Amino acid sequence: MARLVVMGGGVSGHTAATFAKKWLGDSHEVVVVTPNSQWNWIPSNIWVGVGQMQKKDVLFPLAPIYKKAGIIYKQALATEIHPNGKEGSDKPYIVIQSTKEGEAGKTEELTYDYLINATGPKLNFDATPGLGNGKGKMGTHTVSVCTAEHAVHANLELQQVFEKAKKGQRQKILVGTGHGMCTCQGAAFEYIFNIEHEARKAGIRDMLDIKWISNESFLGDFGMGGLHMKVGGYTVSSKLFAESLYAERNVEWIVGAHTSKVEEGKIEYELLDGTKHEETFDFAMLIPPFSGVGFKAYDKDGSDITDVLFAPNGFMKVDAKYDAGAYENWKASDWPKTYQNPTFDNIFAAGIAFAPPHLISKPMNSPNGTPINPTPPRTGMPAGIIGKAVARSVCDLIKNGKENTHLHEASMAQMGAACVASAGKGLLDGTAAAMTVYPVVPDFEKYPGTGRDTDYTFGEIGLAGHWIKHILHHMFIYKAKLKPGWTLIPE
Amino acid sequence: MKKEEENFAKSEQFNLTMIPGAYARKMRTCKIWQFFRFLVLNIKMLIVVSKSH
Repeated sequence: MARLVVMGGGVSGHTAATFAKKWLGDSHEVVVVTPNSQWNWIPSNIWVGVGQMQKKDVLFPLAPIYKKAGIIYKQALATEIHPNGKEGSDKPYIVIQSTKEGEAGKTEELTYDYLINATGPKLNFDATPGLGNGKGKMGTHTVSVCTAEHAVHANLELQQVFEKAKKGQRQKILVGTGHGMCTCQGAAFEYIFNIEHEARKAGIRDMLDIKWISNESFLGDFGMGGLHMKVGGYTVSSKLFAESLYAERNVEWIVGAHTSKVEEGKIEYELLDGTKHEETFDFAMLIPPFSGVGFKAYDKDGSDITDVLFAPNGFMKVDAKYDAGAYENWKASDWPKTYQNPTFDNIFAAGIAFAPPHLISKPMNSPNGTPINPTPPRTGMPAGIIGKAVARSVCDLIKNGKENTHLHEASMAQMGAACVASAGKGLLDGTAAAMTVYPVVPDFEKYPGTGRDTDYTFGEIGLAGHWIKHILHHMFIYKAKLKPGWTLIPE
Repeated sequence: MKKEEENFAKSEQFNLTMIPGAYARKMRTCKIWQFFRFLVLNIKMLIVVSKSH
């Protein structure tokens, strides 16, 4: 009997674990290790953040789902990987610390035959002074919508701002990225326009100054270098449509910015031209930069081999070309296909946990040497597809052995993504930008000029997009709960 | 002045981009048109999803 251990119970890890268990059946073990007791449909956190959904609408307990699936569930934080075992045993294992109430801190050594790292990111608030509290958590000057808890808090703060606006006090709202190397600009985009939409509904839009700040060199980059779509007979950059929406909704923007410091009611930031500025606010939501969760790895003799498994940013090395060099040399083939660690062939990384070879957007530094460029996004669809492909590879390895297994591939340079970015919730008056990008990582050799197939890359804003986003909310929660027919719903 | 064009005057950023007119905005929440777009968007998305699996 083999044991597959999946670290992480988010979109990628949950997808990998549930499909692996389905394919392996009872002959082999699947174990999920996650510090969280609940599964979170993260794309809807922005609606919690404006009070349009409750926390319970975006969360459900994991334990009963894993019990139903026959998956062993350990509510714990994985901290160490020992891929060669320890003295007296060659069996690889991880060290985990329970986060379950009543046994928090209790450690365990969990052996594995195959390991999937699908932990997602560490929300690195402390990378920007004042954004974090200095102890790895969010600070008190800004809010976040990265987790359901954060989003609940964000809404409470937002409602206070709305109350002040209703009483005639003009309020400044600032939304965007909290560091020069953030990703997830899409989530901030959704949040700023949902705030704007709610403010209009509440009749207080004229009392709010709403401003965007991000590390993108142009609006509409989204960490993907932007996209080109066909509209009205033209092939158009996403920059045009992004700027159009901001202008339409009276949202000014600051781009090419590295938020360098956050204080009560104020941020300091540096622009790509090297100049430094300040911006005040009454309410601010700034996405933190991501890093790996901070695993340590040790060899059999106890020596530290963290840098063998992980890149300096803490994400796990996979079959990517990490020595691609300058931007001019980047190719679509730099991106991983199998997500297998190059040193330990029984370890894989899926979703946000894998180390990308480089950015997708053009790298940019200020004259002071400050990198100000978005890092690559790994949204839900690619994360799910990668999780499923990795699960399939591991199952084939378990059932057929290494010699008879061809690993499954899921390169982001050969897959598309469908994204729906909400611009305001409402069954009859909401809108969302429904977009597809094919491929996610541009391939300029295959598609000279745009890097993407413009027959399958498009974007459109309207009520239809909102209906789609709302349906996706229910559909993916249904799928994650493993309800009848769940495997028929594509990632 | 058309209300949808007011924002052009608010900043140079806004002045140099494009802003949808009243008809384009209305069509975004026109239920009949958006139901048609809902069907088209779903088909387009399913095609991209199927190419990616």
